[in-house]
Amino acid sequence: MADLLQRVAANGDVEAFRALFQSYAPRVKSYMMRQGADPRTAEELAQETLLTVWRKAALYSDDKGSATTWIFTIARNLRIDRLRKEVAWQPLPENNDEEPSPEPTPDEELSERERSEKVRSVLAELPADQSEVVTLAYVEGLSHSEIAQRLGLPLGTVKSRMRLAYQKIRDALEDLR
Amino acid sequence: MTISHHPDIANLMCCAAGSQPEAFAAVIASHLSLCKTCCCEVRRMQQIGVALFDKLEPVGMSGPAPVVAMRAGEADADAKGDPSSVSAPAPCGQNAGEVPRPLVPLIGADLDQVAWRWVAPGIWIFPVPLSKGCCGELRLIKVAPGKTMPEHGHAGQELTLILRGSYTDAFGTYRVGDVADLDEGVAHGPVACPEKGCICLMATEGKLIFKSPVARLLQPLLGL
Repeated sequence: MADLLQRVAANGDVEAFRALFQSYAPRVKSYMMRQGADPRTAEELAQETLLTVWRKAALYSDDKGSATTWIFTIARNLRIDRLRKEVAWQPLPENNDEEPSPEPTPDEELSERERSEKVRSVLAELPADQSEVVTLAYVEGLSHSEIAQRLGLPLGTVKSRMRLAYQKIRDALEDLR
Repeated sequence: MTISHHPDIANLMCCAAGSQPEAFAAVIASHLSLCKTCCCEVRRMQQIGVALFDKLEPVGMSGPAPVVAMRAGEADADAKGDPSSVSAPAPCGQNAGEVPRPLVPLIGADLDQVAWRWVAPGIWIFPVPLSKGCCGELRLIKVAPGKTMPEHGHAGQELTLILRGSYTDAFGTYRVGDVADLDEGVAHGPVACPEKGCICLMATEGKLIFKSPVARLLQPLLGL
């Protein structure tokens, strides 16, 4: 996928872009719908995300992570901008161009592919209660308080489930070293 | 800068997920601009979002790739910066760098130029404007050297980032860059640094609950 993105960046390759569009737009649309957008708005936001990918492809580089990470970041920022109607207060630190890249943590020296496979496999094995809060936060965009309300749980329980889930991921990434 | 107090892991995750209410997100974004440790942590946490995104069941697009718009946009293709980053004007002046970059567009680059509102002897506040309809409140608080804040509890979460000076309470001393992450129900009566006082950025979910009846009486007038 990264080479498709590079072909778009280098040559404005429309065929490479069509392939990216086919692969990512339906997932971006799905993400926007899970975040509460109606199908039409989700479709528009997916179009806009991919249009941004086309226009900004030259700014992509390998050190920003995989193509999926980069495209997801654009979708996520667009979502914060449009669906929450709140300021984009949540800049993703790794994409801040003006700052020199921070030292990679040891587990960041592993290949992105290895790490994301690990994250995926830990997520797949999380106990249902932890997996539920993580999905509500990341996929449905609910805050801790909203999750607590939705599930009828104390706020503290939501937070401790989030922490437990992350601890497993962190441990797994450290084991990779 | 040595940072010894960091936000709770669950709050960093909420930031990585992009699901944090605006007031809290402002405090976390400001802390991240000062703290490499938490930045690395958040980057790791973002992998969770990417992994979940990757697994989503695709929903068919009703339209094709926007080729016309792609062509139409080529004229101004490089007009704007990276859409996956957020930037703020570079601070300048005497106190340059004191205001974390994500905050500069909202409060300016100089803490001494903020339109402080006096609320009580030795205490000033500045309510930071947030988007309409978002929950929670965000304010700057300036406390004179050695002054004690009235002891208070919290109806919801309170997240505080120190911008100048320090304060001390039963949990320790919080210096520039530190975050005090207090849950609902925790009470404290912070004392500002005797030399420099304390300026902090505070996000709250619910009202502060003051122990003293006088402070409670004055609360609506003070805007706290």
